[in-house]
Order: sequence, then structure tokens, then C-alpha cells
Amino acid sequence: MSILIKNGRVVDPANKIDAVNIQAQAATIIDAAGKIVASGIIDIHVHLREPGREDKETVASATAAAAKGGVTTVLAMPNTHPAMDCEDNIKLLQGIIKKSALVNVLICGTLTKERLGQELSDIAALKKVGALAISDDGCSVDSDTLMLEAFKKAKQAGLLTVCHCEDKKLSGKGVMNLGFNSTRLGLRGISNESEYKRVSRDIELAAKCGAPVHIAHVSCRESVDIIAAAKKRGVKVTCETAPHYFALTDEDIVDYDTNMKINPPLRAKQDVAAIKAGLKNMVIDAIASDHAPHTENEKDIEFDRAEFGKIGLESGLAISIMELIEKKILSWQELVNVLAVNPAKILGIDKGTLSVGAQADLIVIDAGKEFILEKKSIVSKSKNSPFIGRRLKGLVEYTIYNGKVIYQG
Amino acid sequence: MLWTRKDLLGLEYLTPDELQLILDTAESFKEVSTREIKKVPALRGKTAVNLFYEPSTRTRVSFEVAAKRLSADVINIATETSSVRKGETLIDTGKNIQALKADIIIMRHNCSGAANILARSLDISVVNAGDGWHEHPTQALLDIFTLKEKLGKISGLNVAIVGDIAHSRVARSNIWGLTKLGAQVTLCAPEMLIPPGIEITGAKISNNIDEVLKNADAVNVLRMQFERDEGAAFPEQLDYFKKFGITEERLAKAKKDIVVMHPGPINRGIEMSSGVADGKNSVILEQVTNGIAVRMAVLFLVSQAKEAKG
Ligand SMILES: [Zn+2]
Ligand SMILES: [Zn+2]
Repeated sequence: MSILIKNGRVVDPANKIDAVNIQAQAATIIDAAGKIVASGIIDIHVHLREPGREDKETVASATAAAAKGGVTTVLAMPNTHPAMDCEDNIKLLQGIIKKSALVNVLICGTLTKERLGQELSDIAALKKVGALAISDDGCSVDSDTLMLEAFKKAKQAGLLTVCHCEDKKLSGKGVMNLGFNSTRLGLRGISNESEYKRVSRDIELAAKCGAPVHIAHVSCRESVDIIAAAKKRGVKVTCETAPHYFALTDEDIVDYDTNMKINPPLRAKQDVAAIKAGLKNMVIDAIASDHAPHTENEKDIEFDRAEFGKIGLESGLAISIMELIEKKILSWQELVNVLAVNPAKILGIDKGTLSVGAQADLIVIDAGKEFILEKKSIVSKSKNSPFIGRRLKGLVEYTIYNGKVIYQG
Repeated sequence: MLWTRKDLLGLEYLTPDELQLILDTAESFKEVSTREIKKVPALRGKTAVNLFYEPSTRTRVSFEVAAKRLSADVINIATETSSVRKGETLIDTGKNIQALKADIIIMRHNCSGAANILARSLDISVVNAGDGWHEHPTQALLDIFTLKEKLGKISGLNVAIVGDIAHSRVARSNIWGLTKLGAQVTLCAPEMLIPPGIEITGAKISNNIDEVLKNADAVNVLRMQFERDEGAAFPEQLDYFKKFGITEERLAKAKKDIVVMHPGPINRGIEMSSGVADGKNSVILEQVTNGIAVRMAVLFLVSQAKEAKG
């Protein structure tokens, strides 16, 4: 069955197209007059929680949330139970994906066994079984020598290394950004330094052996500067930020809202400005959600004790439209670049475009549609969104994956 | 003015008028403690629950006395004897207390924000008796009440707060309260004990205690704790006393009527000398007495707000 989307404004930066499309014959016709038609979002930082923590999220629930959010490809982070550190575990996840995934799910393997930062995973074997990248996300490998070894092995295997940059000796027991707001709330702070020093180290080690490196969830201004400088001198570095790092600051944690407890933490105004500028001048390549579901039991408690992380698959596009398009930071072309085109390039997959013959992963967006994010409307199994109750703008009307409508708003 | 808040979580959240109302109400309650029968029926039939996740005899007893002088029934729950250790969440514990038809929870907790979280989950009143490093509003209120009693005003005073500002809820509440009422606060501590951005509150920062004392109308001396799990290097006790300890020699160069306060319990010879603690400028025991009046005022006001709301 064929689908025709007519009258929509097609935004396809990969083919340098921004035009209202033409009509043809098809079985299903979607009238997209006044709507944006673009490639499905490729979200390269998602915690599916399955296997192991199906109480938080499953492949089925996360990919349903993805479909609702216009996301047609996700990269699953490996910090599951068991972790994605060997062939067998990846095969286990692949089986689940085959049975229950609604969108394209790609797998990131671990850097080290059980993500303990002690012993490298068999990186070549992870590649062979189908991992697209490796990461110990949630942790950073402290040992320089081990990290260098990982970059070398990843390069040999042709795998991208994704770095969660955090020096735990510096972030310690911190629960929010270090500054006046942590002082005011009496909470332990996490310095920018704990992030950017590790960004700097990882880039240096990757450059040493010529391995590509991707910096996950960039949150602070110094990290943006360090990555910009590395790109300038030709290091193969890419990076992503998340919508909360350009939509929220540490000031938003006014009443100890644990859905605002995120790692890296929500930063200061100057950091948000630097993140936006980084997106504009293409230092930051991609927007990824760092979708991190947690149950109410893990969030509805004291701030110090609550888990880090928030969900983001369903709200990322709206937040991006509000903060970047509406505030004239990015054009639609530039937004589609960071949401789909660049993420595809980073992973080396043939997606993110609307080229003739390309797999039909696309979305129809009503960019002007306003709605209030209600807890009960959240598809994800966990409801830990810091945007609950807020008025958002930009709704996905259709998500088409592999030529089929998988979500209709 | 009318009191409308069901909770007292911190002084940051209050307007100058609300602070003034608490102080005025405390003033009228102070007399009760001087009567032969130290009781008024203001909270008769009400139940106040002291929920203490951190041991603190002083504050708990002070609240208990305050509630009883208002004729409220008081129940004490301490962590060692409750289900808290068996993993019941804070909110569940609070809801259970609410289901007992208690009217006010007075809570001490080691996590900052615990009172905020409890207050927004319950319909009954929550009074913060100290949460982590965040706030200890009734302590600051009794400090301010005592200061006003001694010097006749707050506006225009120079008040020094000396000690571990970074880890002190007493310091934070005092900074908010004093600043809102028009005093100039100066914080005096080693650099590592000054939390980032605190100057945004309007407080000045110094590490020279002699300079600070010269201008101060009052000095509030915080309790120092030298053992911490923070990893950050803490000053040596003796070194600290030499550089920041309040001694008779230092006070001799200060204003003659400088008011010396301490939230207690005092480490004699660490943050102040015994001579100062027991000296003519010290109001430490008056603070304890005033604590009752201030806490009576707070309990009375929050329970009234609830009734006004219906
Ligand atoms: Zn991470
Ligand atoms: Zn993550």
C-alpha cells in the first residue's frame, strides 16, 4: 500500500529541499496542508530499560513513545540488566526488538564488561553481532590507559565510541548544578569542571589514535568551547545535547522537582546560551533525548535520594520547536539536520533523508499546535517529565516508519 | 494582615510583612510563658506531630513545649522507633500521619527540601524544623526576635554570621530573614565554607573576623563540625579558633553592646571562648526562651491559615 502526503512543506536538508510538495496517485492520502513533512527523528541516546527494568520501560512502551514523538530510529544505551557487553546479551535484546519494537532500534554495546570500567568488552564481537557504537553511558572510564585502549579497539572494529563525560571524583555526591541555586536549595553541587575536564580528556585520547569520538549530552559552555576547538584542529569528534539543556536551567528546580534531577545537571543561563549558540554554529551536531525513564517510587522521594534522569521521547520535538524555531535560533532545515540528518551520519546509517528510494521514515508535524503536556497522556511507562503541566507547541500528526503509518495524532 | 500559608518551609518564601506578623505574634505569646499557668487554649483539640529524621533534642523539645503551651496534643516520632527505617517513603509516612487526623507535622530531616516535598503532598500543615543545609526557619526567627528585643529594630543593623556557612541551614534562614527586614548581613568564614553565589542574597563576605566585628551590631556564631564525609579539606580546630573564634580580646575591640548569638549546642573553645558564651554580650539563653514564643506563633499561624481555608 502506498501513502501520499500532499500539500505539506517538505523540509529535507539532505537534498536541499524546502518546498510544498506535488501530488500523485496513492492508496492513502494524507493532506498535509500547512504542515511540515520531514524525515523521522533519529534519537541517538535512549534508555529502553529492557531487559532488566521492565517496570520502568520496555522496548514496546519506549518505541510507542518514540512513534508519538516522531522518532523513527533510536540508539539504545547499553546500561540494561544485563548490560549489552557481550554477544549473547545483544542477541537477547535483538530478539525482544524483533518481537515488540515499533520503530527502528539500534544497539549500543558497552565499552567495558558490566560497565565497571575495569576490563574492555570484546569490542570486535559486539560489532560483529550488530552493535552500532560502544559506550559505558552513566559512567566514564576513569583509567586513561584503558580508555585509550578502548578507542584503539573501537577504531579497529570500525565502531563509534560514545562518551558520558563525568569525573566522579569531581561530581561526587552532587545532585544539581553547582552555583547560587544549589546554595539556595542547600543541595550538593556538580561543577561544570566535572564534565568538561572529561570531555577534554576523551577528545585528547581519541585524537591520539585517530578514533572517532562522540560526546553525549553536552550541558555546559566549556564543553562546547573544547569541542569547537577540537573540530577546528580536525579531530573526528561529534556531539549531542538534549532538549532540557537548552530549555531549562538550574533555576527551574525551585521546589525540589525531582524530574529536574538529571545527570549532567540542568546548568546556568550562560550554559543554555552556549548550547543554543553551539547548535546554531554547528559545533553541536545532534539533539538526542537521553530518555531516562524512572518509576514514581524512584522519583517521588527526597531530592537527594531520587534517581537521575527524565523521559524525553515524546516532548523533544515540541521543546525543540519552541526553543529553537520559535526563538529563531535555527531554521527548519537546521533543525532537521540536528534531529535526523546528522544523527544518521554520526551512526553511519542510510537514513535522515527524503531521497527517492530511501526507506520511508517520515513525520508530519503541526508546528503551530499548542497543547498542555498531561501526565495521563504520556505513552512511556514512566511519567518522569519535567514538562508536565506546561503548555507546549508542535505536535506530531503522523509518524510513518518503513512506509507504514505507526502513529496518528 | 492575614496569614494564608498552611506551611512554614523557609524564610526565603516569606514577604517582609509575613516575617513581621510572625514576630508580632511571637511578641504577644511571649507573655504566656511568664504566667503561673503557662497555657492558652489557642490550639486545644489540635494534634501536632514531631517527625524527626535527625536527632535533635533541643529543637524537638522547644516545639513540644510551644505546642503544649498552646494546648495542642503532641506526638513524637523519631526515626529509630518508626517504620522510616523499614523503607517507608517520606510521603507515605506523611499520609499516614495525615490519616491519623493530625493537624501539623513538625519535621526535621537530613535531606534538603524534604519539608517542601512533604508539604506539597499533604493537606495538613508542615513546619520545617530544619532540612539538610536548606533552611531552619524557626531558628532564624528566634534569632531575629531576640535581636529585635535587644536592639529595638532589625532594619539598618549590621549582623555578622560566622562559621560554616556552606553547610548551615541556620545561616541560610538568617540571611533571608535579616535581609528581607533590612539588615546588612556579613558572612565571615574561611573561603572553603562560603557557598557559591551567596552574595546574590545581598550578604557581604569577609574572612577577617576582626574587621567584621568592628562594624557589627550583632554576631551570630554557628556551630562548627569538623568531621564530615565531604572529602573537602576542613580547617583544623585550633587554627579555626585562632582565625575565627570569638574571644574576649576580639569582643573588646567590637561595639560595646554587640549582641552575641549562638544556635547551640556550643563547642566551647572552638567557635567561641567560654568567657564570651557566658559573658554580658551573650544572649544565648534568651534565644532558647524566645524560641518558645516564636514557635508558638508559627504553630498558631499555620493552623489558622488552614481554618481560614476551610
Ligand atoms: Zn550519560
Ligand atoms: Zn544516558
